[in-house]
Amino acid sequence: MIFVRHRLFWPVMSIVGLMVTDLFVANAFFKIEMRGGHLYGSLIDILSFGAPLMLVALGMTLVIATGGIDLSVGAVAAISGALACLIISHAKDQNSVSVVLVACAAALGLSMLLGLWNGLLVAVIGIQPIVATLILMVAGRGIAQLITSGQIITVNSTPYDRIGGGYLLTLPFSIFIVAGVFIVTIFVARRTALGMLIEAVGGNREASRLAGIRSRGLVMLAYVFSGLCSGIAGLMISSIVAGADGNNAGLWIELDAILAVVIGGTALAGGRFFLAGTIIGAVLIQTLTTTIYSIGIPPETNLLFKALVVTLVCLIQSPAFREKVFGRRRRAGTHEHAVPDKERPVEVTA
Amino acid sequence: MTAASVAGARNRLSFRIPAKYVPILSTLALLISMFTVGAVRYPGFATGQVILNVFIDNSFLLVVAVGMTFVILTGGIDLSVGSMVSLSTLTLAELIKHGWPWPVAILVVLVIGSVLGWSMGAVIHYFEIQPFIVTLAGMFLARGLCYAITVDAISITRPGYVSVAEHAFNLPGGMYVTTAVLVALVAVAVGIYVLHYTRLGRNVYAIGGNAQSALLMGLPVARTRIAVYAISGFCSALGGVLLSFYMLSGSGSLAVGMELDAIAAVVIGGTLLIGGTGYLAGTVLGVLVIGLIQTLINFQGTLSSWWQRIAVGMLLFAFVLLQRLVLVRRKT
Repeated sequence: MIFVRHRLFWPVMSIVGLMVTDLFVANAFFKIEMRGGHLYGSLIDILSFGAPLMLVALGMTLVIATGGIDLSVGAVAAISGALACLIISHAKDQNSVSVVLVACAAALGLSMLLGLWNGLLVAVIGIQPIVATLILMVAGRGIAQLITSGQIITVNSTPYDRIGGGYLLTLPFSIFIVAGVFIVTIFVARRTALGMLIEAVGGNREASRLAGIRSRGLVMLAYVFSGLCSGIAGLMISSIVAGADGNNAGLWIELDAILAVVIGGTALAGGRFFLAGTIIGAVLIQTLTTTIYSIGIPPETNLLFKALVVTLVCLIQSPAFREKVFGRRRRAGTHEHAVPDKERPVEVTA
Repeated sequence: MTAASVAGARNRLSFRIPAKYVPILSTLALLISMFTVGAVRYPGFATGQVILNVFIDNSFLLVVAVGMTFVILTGGIDLSVGSMVSLSTLTLAELIKHGWPWPVAILVVLVIGSVLGWSMGAVIHYFEIQPFIVTLAGMFLARGLCYAITVDAISITRPGYVSVAEHAFNLPGGMYVTTAVLVALVAVAVGIYVLHYTRLGRNVYAIGGNAQSALLMGLPVARTRIAVYAISGFCSALGGVLLSFYMLSGSGSLAVGMELDAIAAVVIGGTLLIGGTGYLAGTVLGVLVIGLIQTLINFQGTLSSWWQRIAVGMLLFAFVLLQRLVLVRRKT
């Protein structure tokens, strides 16, 4: 049963497990109906509400692959939504497509600039990623509120609504955006050398430097990409509520994103990354959230429920746990204790 | 010029400051300069009570950061501290409300914190799951427990408790500190003793430096790793007790994001996140930096809440940047 040992087997099984629970406990979880010309149901909710998380997690994957971390993604999402809504709300015709396009371009440009800021701090100045991105995480909420002057801006724009809340071919439009970004990222990361270079930088910075890889540009690129993804996610989030809330948009999304990345198989220390795994991790987290709402668990205990499911998934994913609880590992080899996977020594014949 | 005489010349230039103390001394210098800027800008800033107020307002953060230092020194991280602090305040308030004598309640809370920390450490070590994830789950778990107990805040009105919490120790010059500050300073002193004068402390540094080497050397990696998370859990619980002194209430919504403050304090204090290097004294300085930034903003007084956040971010950035420049200069 080779596929059981695949690192994504247990996350996928957890999603299936949650769905099975929903089948028995949640009302009409699997009911999909056509409403207003598009599909409607809890499964569709998972896709459309999970889209921002999937995007943020994609950006986070590359950053973590370089051995860093990006805590500022929520703040960048809030800033992006705030700027877009500000521009649209000041326009004469909020429904004009060109205004919306200009607003989105400005918001995404600012997000990438903020990503570049993070990249400069980490790659050029050499500040530890957790502190460097913490700075933007703290200041970013302030910047978002500065843009909105402390208010919650609401917009009334049909084209803008379509980003987060619109539908294409009966499915949520946002999921198409995610699919597009995902396909482009997979292509660039796997079909070009970029993915391998990023993995090298994260895997062993010194060795890759000696091999001639310019880590500075790659690390900055990873943070700019993360900024871009957060920016798009911010547009989606603010479009769903048709407004911009500097305080609450994307609050704590960074923790869910990091969780998704780790469930997907990417190690926090950096190195090999798995984009498809990240998407599955994000789907798992979103399925969990939607399941909690559908089952009707009281809001006071939903955090507890989330903690238990996350703990279970991570435990089952850990080979050490499976070995200790279910019996010996089938892999013949030394008992891994303090040695992480990628450092296992390779036999060299003299 | 021989290498020895070059080194000798450099030594004379640097007044023979050992290289390992440079980060923490630079942090101290930056802290003093930040204080001077505040003293120049704002009247009434340059009093001893201002510094003591930083301690009074951040005593719980200091204790939590002490525990966090132990964890980060081994190369791990503990994201659950904020939620554990909140859980501790809530448990304390509930127990006291139900008539438990408050010293016993405090003891129970400390034990709960240590046990929770110990279990996270055991899961991290024996199941080989990354500390970030396990402590993140611990954070959700603790916060979830808080909300499951009650969503309200419970105030503590037991007379003995209140008198201990509000007691002011008078110092010469009309200054004062609270009980919490003394507890925090004792915690720091105990932490420094354990880290630098016991085998546990040596093992912590060794594991942070290279866990595999430590294992091969025969050091008790499992015991030490689990112990640091138990220490962090204990410190979170103690921090919760001090926070309940400060707020005279317990609630499940407190200390949100405190883990980030603690990590920032530890990192600003010169400890590297990969572990192996760093001093507890640095963590104390880090907490002072965070507290001083907040004090500067309070003295400024006119900033709106969002400008306050931007100011905190900018000051943090300035500090970390200067720290980095000093280090880079030192190396070249």
